[in-house]
Amino acid sequence: MQSLGLDVLFKGKNLIRLLGGLWVAVRISLFSVTISIALGLVLGVLATGRSRAFKAVFRVYLEIVRIMPQMVLLFVVYFGTTRVFGWDLSAEVSAVIVFSFWGAAEMGDLVRGALVSIPRIQYESAEALGLSDGQVYRYVILPQTVRRLIPLSINLITRMIKTTNLVIMIGMVEVLKVAQQIIEANRRSSPNAAFGLFAVVLLLYFAICWPISRLAGYLEKRWA
Amino acid sequence: MKPNNKLFALLLALVMVLSLAACGGSADTSAAGGSEPAEEAGEPAGEGGEAAGAEGNFRTLDEIQESGVINIGVFSDKSPFGYVDENGDYQGYDVYFANRIGEDLGVEVNFVSTEAASRIEYLQTGKVDIILANFTVTAERAEEVDFALPYMNVALGVVSPEDAVIESLDDIGSDDEVIVISGTTAETYLEKNEPDIKLQKYDAYAEAKTALENGNGVAWANDNTEVTAFAIENPGFVVGIPSLGSADTIAPAVTKGNATLLDWLNGEIEALGQEQFFHEDYEATLLDTYGADYEDTLVVEGGVTAAN
Repeated sequence: MQSLGLDVLFKGKNLIRLLGGLWVAVRISLFSVTISIALGLVLGVLATGRSRAFKAVFRVYLEIVRIMPQMVLLFVVYFGTTRVFGWDLSAEVSAVIVFSFWGAAEMGDLVRGALVSIPRIQYESAEALGLSDGQVYRYVILPQTVRRLIPLSINLITRMIKTTNLVIMIGMVEVLKVAQQIIEANRRSSPNAAFGLFAVVLLLYFAICWPISRLAGYLEKRWA
Repeated sequence: MKPNNKLFALLLALVMVLSLAACGGSADTSAAGGSEPAEEAGEPAGEGGEAAGAEGNFRTLDEIQESGVINIGVFSDKSPFGYVDENGDYQGYDVYFANRIGEDLGVEVNFVSTEAASRIEYLQTGKVDIILANFTVTAERAEEVDFALPYMNVALGVVSPEDAVIESLDDIGSDDEVIVISGTTAETYLEKNEPDIKLQKYDAYAEAKTALENGNGVAWANDNTEVTAFAIENPGFVVGIPSLGSADTIAPAVTKGNATLLDWLNGEIEALGQEQFFHEDYEATLLDTYGADYEDTLVVEGGVTAAN
């Protein structure tokens, strides 16, 4: 057996390229997760409201997101909008739109679920204290909801981060693609590089997702 | 609680602001990508209405030259045809040609990383001007995109152990099995033209190679570029049949209807034939893998193939 071929990492700019690829993945995730959380909170609150029309629309939206593979959504947004409307969205914008579209729906549903799980009596007691609708949410319901939301949303966020590698299909070069490029460019000189490089990619994803889990654990404890 | 109209308005406003913000942060599609060779016929999930059509979704030669940049779709992980070296630069047989195109057009080349399955979509939406990603010319694809003159041959090849070389299909006995990979042109060709030959099918390259090494089959049939590389890397095996069946070609493709760019490309390929450019390309990029013996088998000069 030869080495794991990790030496290819230190050839030329390979390591920098790999980290650059990681930054692409992180950048898309950052934008998408931020937008998803913001929109998801609003959507979730509205989904527990009285408007039937809104509930119906949200339901359809959620089902679309559940049924459509993210890959299809990427193709529709990146290539489809060019065909139909003539828009020339960049790959990164398309990716952020798709991942936000997905994240906002799932986040919205998580928020809705968390809100529904808050006992009716909490609303009624708060109203009895003379709080307005806004105040009920602001001071009573949301703090409890957010606490329940943390573990759920962490699952969603880490899933989104790991799914960003689909952007390969619309021509973006993120960490996984760079790894594949390095492996292929060195196939003859280090045939075992695949194992080592994929292990490194695994570690990089871990390095991104683990602090998020830790932060979530911390917040959960602090707000409990 | 009253139906909260204010909140709803707020949501709408937020959606609008965010979508604007998302559009603002534009970033360049940098390049990379690519995977399997020719196989899967492009046409991914392009839901976008056919009605809008591809008409006009391309840049003419003048527009490209005016902008100073040409977008060329290549593979970024298919060494030695299109790959990225350790300095992050695109390299390979296709890329060498792409750079020459940029030079002769007097524009910069922006490499776009494509995957096999998205090549046609890229052209139809005009997101690249040319695809130079080991694109095998087929009748089905020619309905979707316009191919220029070819610059490389691709045919089937058969590799076998050197102590029992298969030099023609007649050498294959009635009980012998030939290894193929499912979904390749080799499988299709043998099934259609040589129904008497027994096939042993594998899904992955690695399995097929191991099977050949273990002697499970008498030979392995695949794209001649693949079997040749195998024979070179594995002593004890030779390519007894270097070229089999219909000779296919690999050519640049442009968006359907982009006549100005297509004409220029054809002229360019003919002109490059005069200076034996693709031999130079071969020697710079493929020689290490394939050796000098395959130069004339693989290279197409000036768009003129043996077949025509």
